Amino acid sequence: MKPASFEYHVPDSIDQALELMHEHADEAKILAGGQSLVPAMNFRVVQPSMLIDLNRIKELEYVRENGECLRIGAMTRERILEFDPLIAKRSPLLQEAAPNIAHPQIRNRGTIGGSIVNADPAAELPVLMIALNARLRAGNTSGERWIEAKDFFVGMFTTALEPDEILLEIEVPFIQPRMGWSFMEVAPRAGDYALMGVAAQVTLDEVGKCTQAKLVYLNAGDGPVDAKSAAQMLVGEAIHDELIDSVANMAGDREINPFGNVHTSIEFQRHLAKVLTKKTLKQAIERAGGNQ
Amino acid sequence: MTQRISITVTVNGKEFKRDVEPRLLLSDFLRHELGLTGTHVGCEHGVCGACTILFNGESMRSCLIFAVQADGQEIVTVEGLAVDQDHLHPIQQSFWEAHGLQCGYCTPGILMTLVPFLKQNPNPTEHEIRHALSGNLCRCTGYQHIVDAVKLAAEKMR
Repeated sequence: MKPASFEYHVPDSIDQALELMHEHADEAKILAGGQSLVPAMNFRVVQPSMLIDLNRIKELEYVRENGECLRIGAMTRERILEFDPLIAKRSPLLQEAAPNIAHPQIRNRGTIGGSIVNADPAAELPVLMIALNARLRAGNTSGERWIEAKDFFVGMFTTALEPDEILLEIEVPFIQPRMGWSFMEVAPRAGDYALMGVAAQVTLDEVGKCTQAKLVYLNAGDGPVDAKSAAQMLVGEAIHDELIDSVANMAGDREINPFGNVHTSIEFQRHLAKVLTKKTLKQAIERAGGNQ
Repeated sequence: MTQRISITVTVNGKEFKRDVEPRLLLSDFLRHELGLTGTHVGCEHGVCGACTILFNGESMRSCLIFAVQADGQEIVTVEGLAVDQDHLHPIQQSFWEAHGLQCGYCTPGILMTLVPFLKQNPNPTEHEIRHALSGNLCRCTGYQHIVDAVKLAAEKMR
């Protein structure tokens, strides 16, 4: 099908975009990469009467260092995550996960900010934002604010953004020494939506005890699922296989809440979550310098 | 009143000026406004890859971009690959020689995916080739001859 008609605006600057959103927040939708919005419009699942296209705003496309964090402009293409040397050095988890986001043709156009604001529970970037303790900078004509990733995703396809706010930037803390990471997902075919996926991050102290752990799941609930109880079981412990098994069971049986779909039963999603938890944890521990 | 926007787009090295409705997809612009019907339309939601084109040198889905967004940009379609009928692009020539197609519907999208892929990765493994092709659906071939054609193209282009 073809999209319904809409009014089109293409601002050249952030200020112009914020001004347009201030005037038209009720009717307008932001067009970022359009890799989720345009299919939905082609099917007429959504029919916005106005689009505000951010693709001309070059000041929203960058990756740079700021103190102990990476700052990434909201209109930076997903493809950049795979190849940018700063990302590789400062956030290897982002780099590792990026090739799992749809296909290269989609990542060439799709933006980091667009995927985050779309808040699809099956998408990779919202999960990564939580796993990395990212902060998100949003603005409207009255000013700007930082939102913690854990407060940003409030439900299925729903974020903490006000109707007139635009996501401008994400901030990701640098990876630290003795911190290990891993991202894995299972999809029917490369580039498809994953049936289940996990981002894991662990920090070990000098004697190999875990000081911090994070396990976040995609397609496991109505948003990114942060399995805090499972991760907490690791903290203060010298991690061993039996503990990893218990952590995987806690996350897979208790903390995630998958819905199942035409490709998978809920039971299979729970099974995948457990398998992926074990695999990602072992890889993350190894990368953190542990002995697993 | 329907909004119409004047755009200037460079397609296969030639500049085109048209007035378009904002909702016109780039894929339909290429086919219906410019008559470049080599860009095929399959699913219109970014899954099949038949409409893949080069947008400022990078492979993208033309069904997921509005024509107005191509204003001032550079597009290459499958029609822009061969010098003329007797001098095909090495990737096209390889598809011919290795029989990398049956009905041909998916072929233009696959070719446009492969141009930047082989530029970035001139010596791909079979696994890399299959991964690169994962965003393009072919329902005839079973992919085997397509993979052979890509290997042949990589050889020709090295």
